[in-house]
Formats: sequence, structure tokens, C-alpha cells
Amino acid sequence: MAEKIYTKPPCLLPLSSGFCPGCLHSLATKLIAESIDELGVAEKVINVLPVGCSTMNSLYWKLDMVTSAHGRAPAVATGVKRCRPDALVFAYQGDGDLASIGLSEVLMAANRGEHITIFFANNSTYGMTGGQMAPTTLIGQKSTTCVFGRDPDTTGFPIRMCELVKELEAPVYVARFALNSPANIRKAKKGIKKAMQNQIDGLGFSFVELLINCPTNWGMSPVQSIAYMEENTMKYFPCKVFVDKTEEEEK
Amino acid sequence: MAKLFMKGNEAVGEAAVRGGIRFFAGYPITPQSELPEYLSWRLPEVCGTFIQAESEVAAINMVYGAAATGARAMTGSSSPGISLKSEGISYLSAAELPAVIINVQRGGPGLGSIQPAQQDYLQATKAPGHGGFRMMVFAPNSIQEAVDLVYEAPEYADRDRSPVLVLMDGCLGTMMDEVELPPFKELPETICKPWTVGYDGTTRSGHLITPIYPEAGLEGKNKLAVARTKRWEENDVQVEEFMLDDAEWVIVAYGIASRVAKQAILNLRNKGVKVGMIRPITLFPFPKKSIAELDYSQVKGLIDIEMSIPALMREDIELQVLGRAPVYEYGRSGGVLLDDDSTEAAIWKIIEEASSNG
Ligand SMILES: Cc1ncc(C[n+]2csc(CCOP(=O)(O)OP(=O)(O)O)c2C)c(N)n1
Ligand code: SF4
Repeated sequence: MAEKIYTKPPCLLPLSSGFCPGCLHSLATKLIAESIDELGVAEKVINVLPVGCSTMNSLYWKLDMVTSAHGRAPAVATGVKRCRPDALVFAYQGDGDLASIGLSEVLMAANRGEHITIFFANNSTYGMTGGQMAPTTLIGQKSTTCVFGRDPDTTGFPIRMCELVKELEAPVYVARFALNSPANIRKAKKGIKKAMQNQIDGLGFSFVELLINCPTNWGMSPVQSIAYMEENTMKYFPCKVFVDKTEEEEK
Repeated sequence: MAKLFMKGNEAVGEAAVRGGIRFFAGYPITPQSELPEYLSWRLPEVCGTFIQAESEVAAINMVYGAAATGARAMTGSSSPGISLKSEGISYLSAAELPAVIINVQRGGPGLGSIQPAQQDYLQATKAPGHGGFRMMVFAPNSIQEAVDLVYEAPEYADRDRSPVLVLMDGCLGTMMDEVELPPFKELPETICKPWTVGYDGTTRSGHLITPIYPEAGLEGKNKLAVARTKRWEENDVQVEEFMLDDAEWVIVAYGIASRVAKQAILNLRNKGVKVGMIRPITLFPFPKKSIAELDYSQVKGLIDIEMSIPALMREDIELQVLGRAPVYEYGRSGGVLLDDDSTEAAIWKIIEEASSNG
């Protein structure tokens, strides 16, 4: 008899994914689900959904969920957490959602040190609406609203969110990971789990950025998109832990 | 019960606390800032939460999150801030979340003026956000009535799982008057309700609170909202009718304007002019019947008096009058207040001109 050694985590419903083939949103979705199950906190979780491709997670995660307006997830999560301090409240937002329309909400929630966890999926494009320029689109990268490539003279430079958040006093954990390789995925999983554990430990605001792809709107095969991430995205957005105050506070 | 002497905005804050509001997020704006100021220390006293949000946009979305857990949640602002909240109000309505919203109106449009006005009637009753939804709108004309309506507002919000608006103005918010405060409502032990998110200690809710639906589902929701509006119109209209029995002239006024109009009516009655008043307390549902069922063989005209130019309620009045009598308007606007004497004179002038033309 074959032994089953790998299966979908229980808080991911047994459905096929609606994300495009090769899209790393679905991997991130799974890593978060696995982390929740490994921490054994599924019933305590309240997830706040953003507006973007990952709103689709309302179909896949088996969790209590609140869908927010575009960019407002950290404000909604603030309201949820303040009323249910016993809950583990997290939001998973895209880069248009978090770094453009919702920049104020995420920075101010971080600055207040809300006891919430924010996962930030950076695919350097507006996936859901068809590949327009995002605040994170790389210099020279083409999009449907910068067809000749992003020009910094008129559109500025890609925003490095971790580097912004880390300047604030309150956040306890700020880190960036890439989901490009098995080794990096393992690191990311650890970071995801830690960002949730921090909330269980009552520590404060945690922010984890995940570099992902959007093969559909980048106009690439999944394999090409990973190569693009490694050659471009990961060079501009360094993967590291920027802030980790958890050790200090444990003392 | 003992009476207290309180500022309108603070009295409304206390009424909210007594009515069970335990979460408030807001942003400073004149003339409502005493509301967040009061609640910033008062809510923590009753184990509630106050958050000074970074913007009105954030505030209404915090309320959205709080409401999703079942907490009784409220936000307050004044006109420009309410415009910023309109996205969130639409989402509250779509996601069927109860919340209380206070608008202490000031002059508009734009940054307008910080003085009292009634220029948000259309926004409040017709389109508080995109998507063609409605909410109940209460319009007190005294601090006592504001207290009573804000105290009851969470009940309507919870009953309908819908946002509710209390439309005040800078006069009511910043003046002081004596009030009798209602008793503290008894609150259930848990904020969890059959539809809320969050583990209740025994079973996981598994709920999704959402403002987005597949199109057929959304059309169904739209139809249910229409049925609810009908129920509001049948059961929830609140209106004051004043000296209508023999009235040949009917003033229609709400909120602070009705206080001024009432004094003008009393003065005119002393001079033998047969004037009365219809005062909507609920602006939505609008007291259609009171206007539609006037005796038009007796009524010579209606006068809409508002602290707004143009008078914004006029179209709603005309829809009930249906040409059976002329409708006139008088108002001051932009933060200029109505006063008794000029209002009396304006009513008299309208009556005189109509009589000489007729
Ligand atoms: C107020 C508002 N503006 C615009 C939109 C349209 N919209 C939907 S998703 C989206 C961008 C999503 O991009 P991103 O956050 O990067 O997430 P992705 O889809 O790439 O995962 C936009 C602009 C909206 N829903 N609401
Ligand atoms: S459009 Fe891009 S981000 Fe959205 S599911 Fe497809 S590949 Fe993923």
C-alpha cells in the first residue's frame, strides 16, 4: 500500500485553482494555508481579502473571511482585530492594492503597530485588471499603460515597500522573500509562519513581502517568468529580513 | 430623570455609548470634532475602542471590519468627510453590515465653509455611494431628538444589517442644550451573531463577509433591497405634523430649519395667517403620505424651507404634490443661518405675491 505523504492542507478546499497556470499566487495561497494548519490556528483566523487576483482566495481558503475595498484591507483588519483581539487576523494584498491605492492604510496600520499580519504579493503589475503599470513595475518593464517600458522620468521608480515599512518604529517583523526556487520557498514559508506566530505571541505588526510572477501579463511562460524574476525583480528588491524584534521582545 | 446641559456632539457620543456602540473610528473635522474627542476617552471607560483614523476612508473601513465581527460600530464626520466615506458606505450596504454614521453638515460644495448648513440632503437620501442603494436617514431637530435617534439607530442597523445615517448640522452639533439621557442598554455577552466572522468558542463560523457577488446573486440582492425599502416606507416613517388642520400654507422643513420655521409659523399665526408644517424626521423613508394626502382644496401652496440654496428636498415634495398646489422655497446657504424674522418675512412675501398673482 502506498503511503500518503503529501496532501492539500485542510484549510485549502479541495478545488482546482482559478489562478493562471504557473502563477505563484497559488503557491503563496498554499504556503499560508499550510502554515495556518501547522500552527493549528485555523479556527482563530480571520482573513481580510484585498481586491485583485487574490480576491479569488475567497473560493479556496477554508477560513473566516472579510472581503475589503481596494487597498483598504489593513484598515478593515484593524477594525476586526480591535474587536476580536483573540483572533489571528491577516491580510494578503497585491502590489496595486497595497503599494498604490492602499499605501496610506498599510503604512498607518504599520505605524500604529496593529497586531495584524500583512502578506504582500509583489508581481510588479496589476494582474486582475490586465497588466497595467504598478508602483512596483521595474524600470524598462513593459505594461499596458507603459507600452515602451516604465520610464522613471514620468512615472518614478519602483517602490520598495519593506524598505519603507522598516523605517517605522512599531513593526516587529519586516522581511522579503522570493518564491522562485525550492530553497527560497522554504525560507518564505518560515517567514510566513513567523509572521503569524508573532501575532499568537501578541508581539505586533508583521509584514512579509513575497516576490511572485504574473506570467499572463508579463507575456511569458511560467519558466521564463521565473528567469525574469531572478535576473530583474530580485536584483531590485533584495530578499532579506529587514526587521526582527521578536528575539529582543522574547527576552 | 436628571437633565444635563450638554453640547450636541458630546450628547450624541454619550447616546451612542448608551445605545451600545462600542467601536468608533473617525477623523477630525469641524463642526463634529467634539464627537471623536468625547469618545476618545469615553469609549475606553466602557471597554470600547476608539481609533483616530488616518483619514475618513480608513475610518469607514475600520468600521466595516468592526461590524464584520458583530461589534456595534459608528463613525462620524462632516460633509467633505462623508464624501470620502461614500465608497465604504456602499461596501457596508453591499456586505450587509450594520453601522451608524453621523453627518454634522457644513456649507458646501467643496471644502465649503465650516458653518452649519443642510446641503447634503441629496447625497444622504439619493446616492450616499455608488450602486443605487439606500439607507435609513434620520434628521433630528434638537439635541434631545438627536440623542434619542442615535440611541435607537443601532437597532435599525442591526435589524436591517445596513448602515444608518443620522443627518445633523453644525448648529445641532455645536450648540448646548438640556438633555435627558436614556439608560444604558443591556448588551449580549458575545458580539458574535449568526452571520459574523470569528470563532465563538464552540464552532468555527466559516463565514465570508463580502461586497462582491456573482451577477445573478447580485440582482437577487438588489431586488431584496427594493423590498426592504418598501418595508421602510410602510413601517418606519417618522414625521411631525404641526398645525395642519386648517392650514392653507404648508411649510416643509427638517432639522434645524424646522425650528426656525416653527417660530415663524407661530408669529404668523398670531397675525391670523393659517400656516402649518410637515417635518420629516426620517428623510429616508420620506414621509410621502403626509404631503400626498393634504387637503388640496384647502392648501394654497407649500414652502420648502432649508439651510440650503437650492432647496434640495423640493423634488421629493413636488413628487407628492403632483401639481395640485404650487411649491415655493426659501433658504439660506453656505453656512449663513436662517433666522426667525427673515424667515417669517420670506414666508409672508411668498404668500402675498401668490395671493396678488392669484
Ligand atoms: C476603487 C477601485 N479602483 C480600481 C479597481 C479595479 N481593480 C481591481 S483589481 C486592481 C489591481 C489589482 O492589482 P494588484 O493589487 O497588483 O493585484 P494582482 O491582481 O496583481 O494580484 C484594480 C485596479 C477597483 N476594484 N476598485
Ligand atoms: S493574471 Fe497574473 S497574477 Fe492574476 S492569476 Fe493570472 S498570472 Fe496570476
